Parts: sequence; C-alpha cells; structure tokens
Amino acid sequence: MKSIKTLLCALGVLASLPLAAAPVLIKNATVHTASSAGVLEHTDVLISDGKIAELGHDLQAPAGAEVIDAAGQPVTPGLFGGFSHLGIEEIGLEPTVDDYSLKLGSMRPEFDVTPAFNPESVILGVARLGGITFAVISATAEPGGKGPGGTIIAGQGSVAQLDGIIVPKSHALFVDVGGDASALSGGSRAAQYMLLDQAISEVRSPKSLLPNDQRLLTPAGRQTLQQYLDGHGIVVFDADRASDIRQVIALAQREKLHAVIKGGAEAWRVAPELAAAHIAVVLDPLQDLPDSFDIVGATLENAARLNRAGVKIAFSLSDPQPHNIRKVRQTAGIAVAHGLPWEAALAALTSNPAEIFGVAGRNGTIARGRPADLVLWSADPLEVTSLAQRVFIEGKSQPMQSRQTLLRDRYLEKLRANAAR
Amino acid sequence: MQPQALGTLILTALLTACAATSGGKTTSSDKSAAAAATAQSTAPSELYPSTYRVPQGAPTLIRNATVLTGTGTRLDDADVLIVDGKIQSVGQNLQAPAGGQVIDGKGHWVTPGLIDVHSHLGVYPSPGVDANSDGNEATSPATPNVWAEHSVWPQDPGFRTALAGGITSLQILPGSANLIGGRSVVLKNVPSITYQGMKFPGAKQGLKMACGENPKRVYGERNTFPSTRMGNVAGYREQWVQAQEYLRDQQEYEQKKANGDKDAKPPKRDIKLDTLAAVLKGDIIVHMHCYRADEMATILDMSKEFGYHVAAFHHAVEAYKISDLLAENGVCGAMWADWWGFKMEAYDGIPENIAFVDAAPNGCAIVHSDSAEGVQRLNQEAAKAIAYGQRAGLTIPPERAIKWLTANPARSLGLLDRVGTLETGKMGDVVVWNGNPFSVYALADYVFIDGALRYDRSNPALTPQSDFTLGQPAAAGVYP
Repeated sequence: MKSIKTLLCALGVLASLPLAAAPVLIKNATVHTASSAGVLEHTDVLISDGKIAELGHDLQAPAGAEVIDAAGQPVTPGLFGGFSHLGIEEIGLEPTVDDYSLKLGSMRPEFDVTPAFNPESVILGVARLGGITFAVISATAEPGGKGPGGTIIAGQGSVAQLDGIIVPKSHALFVDVGGDASALSGGSRAAQYMLLDQAISEVRSPKSLLPNDQRLLTPAGRQTLQQYLDGHGIVVFDADRASDIRQVIALAQREKLHAVIKGGAEAWRVAPELAAAHIAVVLDPLQDLPDSFDIVGATLENAARLNRAGVKIAFSLSDPQPHNIRKVRQTAGIAVAHGLPWEAALAALTSNPAEIFGVAGRNGTIARGRPADLVLWSADPLEVTSLAQRVFIEGKSQPMQSRQTLLRDRYLEKLRANAAR
Repeated sequence: MQPQALGTLILTALLTACAATSGGKTTSSDKSAAAAATAQSTAPSELYPSTYRVPQGAPTLIRNATVLTGTGTRLDDADVLIVDGKIQSVGQNLQAPAGGQVIDGKGHWVTPGLIDVHSHLGVYPSPGVDANSDGNEATSPATPNVWAEHSVWPQDPGFRTALAGGITSLQILPGSANLIGGRSVVLKNVPSITYQGMKFPGAKQGLKMACGENPKRVYGERNTFPSTRMGNVAGYREQWVQAQEYLRDQQEYEQKKANGDKDAKPPKRDIKLDTLAAVLKGDIIVHMHCYRADEMATILDMSKEFGYHVAAFHHAVEAYKISDLLAENGVCGAMWADWWGFKMEAYDGIPENIAFVDAAPNGCAIVHSDSAEGVQRLNQEAAKAIAYGQRAGLTIPPERAIKWLTANPARSLGLLDRVGTLETGKMGDVVVWNGNPFSVYALADYVFIDGALRYDRSNPALTPQSDFTLGQPAAAGVYP
C-alpha cells in the first residue's frame, strides 16, 4: 500500500513538472499587471522556464524563442472563471457526469469534489479560449426530491488551473444560507445558524458530544471543520439578503472564520460592515432583478458601490454550470458600464480572486519572477468583441483549439461549399 | 433566470396568431349553433383584444446620428424623423417640425427598437416564486388550448429592465415542457395594468412547440407518453391528424351552410383544435423549440406532411450544421450567442452558430434571449456573435448584424411590414444608443415606442416602477 502511494506521489511530481518549452518573447504589448505596477505601455514580456523572466523594453529574444509582435495589444493576467462545476459537470441533467452534489441527507463537510475533477473535460478547452486560466471548483448542495438530499454544508472544493492542475492547499468549504437553502435546513433559514452552531460546538467542545445518533458530524467531518475553524481554508457563504449577510459577518467574527460571501446581491447595503470585517464578495454583476425575495435589492451598481466602500470584490456567474464561464469577462465590462472603474473590474477578474483564494503567488498578476499566467487579447479585454489570441498557463502556451473550434471548422467547410454553389 | 436554467426548466412555446379568420355572417336560427360558429370564426385579434393606444405626442427629430436602418444600411450623420407615432423619414438635413422635440444624436447610434422573439417575461416573472410559475401547463403533453397571455403578469419588473436594453416588442411564449405548449402573444413593451394594454395590435399569435429532451423527460419521468423522441413525433402527428379532421368538418359545415342547408350542424367546438386548425389555415405562426440538427430536419418533413410552415426554430443550437436547409425552407433560427452544454442536446453548441445561420444564402438569423437577463442586452449577444463570426472569416458589419435583433425577428412574427426597420410608415419604435450598440459598454439613452418616449436613461422617473418593487425597502432595479 505504502509503495503504491509513493509511486503515485512520484507520478504526481512528474506530471507537474513543466515541459521544457521554448521561451516566448511578446513584443510591444500594453501590459495590464493588475498590481501596483499598473499599466506598462510598449512593453516586452519574456516567458522562460514557466516564469515571466523579464518585463521591459527592447528585450532580446533568446535563441530558439518564439517572438510574438503584440503591436500594442493588451496583455492581462489570466482571468478567473468564478465558482463553477468545471471538470465535475460535463453536461447538465446527466447524473453520470455530474459530481458536484452529495445527497446522503447528512452533514458531511469532509466531502470534497476535487477527486472527481476531470482535467480532460472539453469544457476546460472552451474556457481557456475565453482567456480563463483559473477557477474555484465548487460543491453545491441540492435538495433530494424524493430521496435524501444535501445539507447547508455542501462540501469542499479547490482552485483549479485550466491546464488541469488542482492547486494544492487551496481548499474552500461551501455553506449555503438564505431562502433558497431553507429546503436544506428543515424549512427555515433560522435553522441554518442553529445547525452551524451545533456543528461548530461538536468540534469546539468534543467533551460535550451528544450521543452518536444525535450528532451532525462524523469524526472525519469534525476533523475537516476543525481545520476551517483554525483558519486554514476559506469558508464560502452563499448569501444574498442583507440580513443574511449580517448574520454571516457576525458568525465569521465570533468564530474567527476566513469567510467570503458568494452571491451577495444585496451586499451593497451592508458594504461598510463587510469592509470593516475584511470580508470579500464574489458577485455576479448581472443580477438586477428580484428573482427571489432574497435579492429584492439587486442592482447593476452592486460592484461599483462595494468597490467604492472598500470591499474586495471578484466576479463569478451566479449559476455554477461551467460551460459558459467565459461570460464572466462580459459581466466585468457591464459592471464598468454601471460605474465600476475599468482597472477595478480587471482586478476583480485577476488579482482580487487570486488573493481571496490564496493563489496570488501563481495567478492574477503579471510580475517578473511570477509564473507566466497571462493572455494576449485582440483588443480591450473587457469588450465583448475582443477575443483571446494567446493564453499561457505556467509559461506554457495553451492550444487555441477546443471541441467547439473543431466543430466550427468541420461545418465551416460545408458552409463555404454551399455559399459557393 | 439563467438561460441554462430555463433550458433545463423546459420551454415550450405556442404562438398563435389571430385565431381564426372571420367567416361569413351566421344566419342560422339555431342559437347554440350560431354561438358556436361565431366564437369559432371570431378573428383572434377580436378576442381578448388589444387595448393599447398610441399616445398622442409631438414629433421627434433625432439629428446627426449613426443610423442602422435595419434594412442592411448604415447612414452616418443622419437624421430620423418620427411623426404621429410613425417613421416619417430617414436622411440628411431633415427639417425639425414645428413644436417637435429635437435630440442631438452626435456620437450616438440609432437603431430600430429591438424585438425578442423568445421571452417568458410575465409568465415566469420575478420574483420567481412557485405562485408566479405560470409558463408551463405541464399536465398533458399537448395543450394547444392554453394561451400564454392568460398567464402574463404585467407587473413583472423584467419588462422595465428589458426596456432599458432597448426592447420595444416581445413574443411571450409558454415553456417547453409540452410537445405543443400553447399560444404565444406579442406585446409592446409599455407599462400597463393589463396585458391587453400591451398587446401588439393586430399581431398574430404563435404556437409554441418543443422537440427533444424536455417533453420526453417531463412525461417519461412519469412513465407516461412521450418518453422518447419517436414518441414526441408520434405525439405531434396525432394532434395534426385531429386538427385536419376538425378543419374538414368545419369546412363541410360552412359549405353546407353556404348551400342553404338549414339542418347543418357545426362540429362540436374544441379549443385545442381551434388553435391547431388556425395553424393549418395560416392564422397562427409556429415557433418551435429544437436543438439538434437532425430533429429540425424531421420537423420540417412533418410540417410538409401536414401543410404548415415553421417560422423559426428556437435555441437551434445545432442550426449551424443545417444552415442551408433552414434557409431553403425559409425558416429562421432564433439563437443564443454562447450558451451550450447545459444538457446533452446542447453539447454541440458553438459561438459561431448565429454567424453561420446568417451566412447561408437567404439565411435568417435571430438573436433571442429566453432569459430575463439576456433580454436586457441582446445587442451584446449579437456583438459576441459578430466577433466569433469574424474570427471564422465571415464579414459582419453592424448594419447587417442589427437585422438579427430587428428585421429578422419581425419577419418571423409576421410583422415586418409594421416594425423592424426604420422605413417610412413603420411604427416609431426607435432606440438611441450612447455609442456603437455592439459593445459591452453600450447603453440605451432613449427608447421610443410608437413615437412616444418610454425610457430616458437620465430621467428614471419617466419609466414607472412595477407595483411589486414599489415600497420594497431595498428595491433598486436598474436605477439607484
């Protein structure tokens, strides 16, 4: 058993070794660093050994390097794809390829979707072509219908890079509160805090554990929750209504949790409290209708108002289906159209999520010595008519091909033949 | 609701144009027969009639704008004059009429009002609580008897946010749970207490039908018919056969009556078959939810078997595989820009779909929303399709792409003679954009419907809030 483990570890190490790729020199780009270095005009970017070896002017191409003339086009860090079922939901409504939800009817924080992650999912290729290089693979709690369902603790996920690598030690725990989670907590949102209190006390006060049949958590579940209560890992609370967000802030402060708000449609109403508590909000900038009574205060200005109040924000589609996460770039542009400064919108797609999820050392900014995680765009990266021309993850040039481009090319031939008829 | 969510939710739409054309005057002395015959032959526009009236107002001249006419033309530094609710002229150096308002269009772009042919606003409104879920009569696979308009809640706040996106007309469809989901209705996007006050005067209703996964899943999961795609097709055909018989009985009765047969009895009235017979007579327009290329081809054969026309395949995620077949049959594709994969029949979606349908000779591409979010920015959906199309080597200037949002949807609704372009005599449905509409930063500054200013971005008070959001402490909507 031990030897197999050792072997697997060795294989893992091998698999994660960057392939020896030729250096790449991008000439004359407008480099949006998404850092305090700001925008670097007419700048060359040298990518070598997986890293940004140099940023500057008139850089010389090393022998064998590929040279790309950017002609002033923008280069940004690779974009964040938000919370999604990337690699764990190949097709909606198809249970054999949907792995994001645990429906055992019991609270299992130790449930981790990461082992189900499929780096070969064709969705990764589609999203990469949209300039997405990292995302948070998320567990989602669902009610059971006729059988057992999930609970308000959906389970854990991790940051994944779109080259198929799960980033080590980037775990997050997903907790669902609010009206849409009432079906997961016996019919009342008040019970959500009651259940969380009980689960936490099972960890914090092991001596007063209830009899087995009245406990919420298994020993493994207590161990998992313990880590988050010790400040290792992020607890993502899916909350929209202002009053629910206030409850989460209070809980996070009392238990010293590293909390992040997901959704946060009414977060702008609680902005000063969120800023004071240093709780980030990962929101969908397009939410502007009262789809439910939890988001009567939804507005297209949510992002702008939170940013103005000093709340750290990042963007994600509200639907975790992974197929169209490339659309998150459009949501950033729309936030700009509704008052968010352009640079803040780019940060909400790059450096902010990298910081929020603890991967700032590898994703989210462009700086010398950092892994080369970046995108060359045809034009303004927040504009819907712009497209990614080149994508690099850990310095490796990603193929600008996906199952979709193959379908396109197959039927483009037919289209051309018909048009010529 | 997200498009994917809606997709999984099942959308079926039944669009019915005016029910039946009015027949001859009833002379029968048999009162019940007369009543039945009258009801049957009443023009649909006379049933639950539109009470929408064009407000009287001053003329409007928009000056020096970039104008996309919807006919494939772009005019720079051009003027648009709207008088008595209609487009009077488009050109250069038009004279401002006395007493009219003048809008400086410098730096602005002007387009026809946008038309969404696939909306569930009002039938799946916000808030999306169970009590408001009125879009799918999912209790029987064939419900041509239901009319979407009888579910429309005019207080849906989504109408207002759609207006901010330049939407001036919408087709509201039933969902796609059923093979035959019911009749659709075309609305003008104006605030009203009743849906009749929004109803597009004289527009035909549509019939919403649905292919594929949704009907077979909804009924298959209950171990009832249909549970397969072959079951779906059998289900439609059974309905069309009944409709043919019903129509024949009606025609025989009308013939007898015309021949002076005083004993002639009208066939027993059936409101399901009223709808289907109206389709066969061309009075109701078929809009069909269909994803896969092979299924669309099957449906086209079925439409030939029974002698009706499919105006548009909706969603049509694989339309790019058969763009020639659709064009040859005069069928539009109403599509999303980039949604795909949310179920098996959407797995082959590509973002070049719209551009490919457009590129086929005589192709008819429509950008639709099927979503309260997407309807707010159909212009951006089109912009994405332009970009992907151009990457594939297709040239799509803005004056061509605007047709996907205006003239082509108008054509599929049978309304191209009244809306969809900025041609003289058409309804004064006009959007003034703050720049090129095919941009993520584009916003509508002014929206006119029949010449009346219904939305002004700088004057939120012009567009009334929904009764629902009024007084909600946090209600924000599109405005702060």
